[in-house]
Amino acid sequence: MVVKVYGPAYASPKRVIVCLIEKQIEFETAPVDLIKGEHRNPEYLKLQPFGALPVIQDGDFTLYESRAIIRYYAEKYRSQGTELLGKTTEERGLVEQWLEVEAHNYHPPIYEMTVQLLFASKLGLSVDEKLVKKSEEKLGKVLDVYEERLSKSKYLAGDFFSLADLSHLPFTQYLVGPMEKEYMIRDRKHVSAWWDDISNRPSWKKVLELY
Amino acid sequence: MATPVKVYGPPLSTAVCRVVACLLEKDVEFQLISLNMAKGDHKKPDFLKIQPFGQVPAFQDEKISLLESRAICRYVCENYPEKGNKGLFGTNPLAKASIDQWLEAEGQSFNPPSSALVFQLALAPRMNIKQDEGVIKQNEEKLAKVLDVYEKRLGESRFLAGDEFSLADLSHLPNAHYLVNATDRGEILTSRDNVGRWWGEISNRDSWKKVVDMQKQQHSP
Repeated sequence: MVVKVYGPAYASPKRVIVCLIEKQIEFETAPVDLIKGEHRNPEYLKLQPFGALPVIQDGDFTLYESRAIIRYYAEKYRSQGTELLGKTTEERGLVEQWLEVEAHNYHPPIYEMTVQLLFASKLGLSVDEKLVKKSEEKLGKVLDVYEERLSKSKYLAGDFFSLADLSHLPFTQYLVGPMEKEYMIRDRKHVSAWWDDISNRPSWKKVLELY
Repeated sequence: MATPVKVYGPPLSTAVCRVVACLLEKDVEFQLISLNMAKGDHKKPDFLKIQPFGQVPAFQDEKISLLESRAICRYVCENYPEKGNKGLFGTNPLAKASIDQWLEAEGQSFNPPSSALVFQLALAPRMNIKQDEGVIKQNEEKLAKVLDVYEKRLGESRFLAGDEFSLADLSHLPNAHYLVNATDRGEILTSRDNVGRWWGEISNRDSWKKVVDMQKQQHSP
């Protein structure tokens, strides 16, 4: 039985896919078209009642919320692929901390920018320039804290790559790519070096190649 | 005897309460070091050294300094597996995965609209900030949609992640408590049969009652 990941064209499912590749876990994907509203179909809502992406199916087991999915597989397959949770309870604590920082400090502003700059027009809505500006300022302040942290530590949780760094890949790729805001990363020396390191991992390059 | 762990932040803060509730469930001794956020304690250099985002709570034990309430809760459960409520974070990987799923649902779907409503309805008036009716309406609608999903789930399952109370339910306590007790919109929870039943159960836990007592003590002269 192979893990099935729904919605690979979009960012949050890619958070799961890059983790599965790092852990050398076989998977398949199933498309979900947000513009067509397929995430609101009754069959999809049976799997993910909030109508969000992704959801995975692993035999009879269903799980949603990308950060819950990556934690589950990183732990289940601890003995294979890249170690993504650190080696000790303390290192794990720091991985959890920076995963939560990504979820609650980094994600909200970058998500607003993604919706406004990449999806609003596709959904027939006008771009809220004020909201974009406000979100960019917020994200900038978070990146300033990252710059300070990454001047002392190669990766967010320590000197090891972890789920915390991985979690940033999909939406930051949108930021430096289609959102044309690469300067937010490049203007910060240590964030820039960290981004080059994590985005050049074979696993991430594979995700971009496939989806 | 082990040194009590330290939690920094005011007991009225929802995120601080999340950690305190977890420590009480796990029977882990702690010291709460309050901060006066009105005076800007959380933005002072000494505090920013342990919490560079200037938010509360921060946590320290003998081995580590941590931030983010849900990360702290997970660490406490992992570091003290044999203490207190052993099942708080599940006793097997599938149970833990379900708890993580609902913890994420809380963080991503329940927390944003409920926090916004608590701020607008309970805190803004106290801080002499004008309420924004548009924001209130928007977040009421958002929260209602989320609670429709919860209503269905809690009709099939006693608690969010399964038959046992878990970290996922606990994580909802602080914001839900303010909604029900400090605003006039509590019925968004209590008028839904299953959500209301669930709220009654989780808010009656000894650990949560102790947290509420701590909050009341902050108010007494």
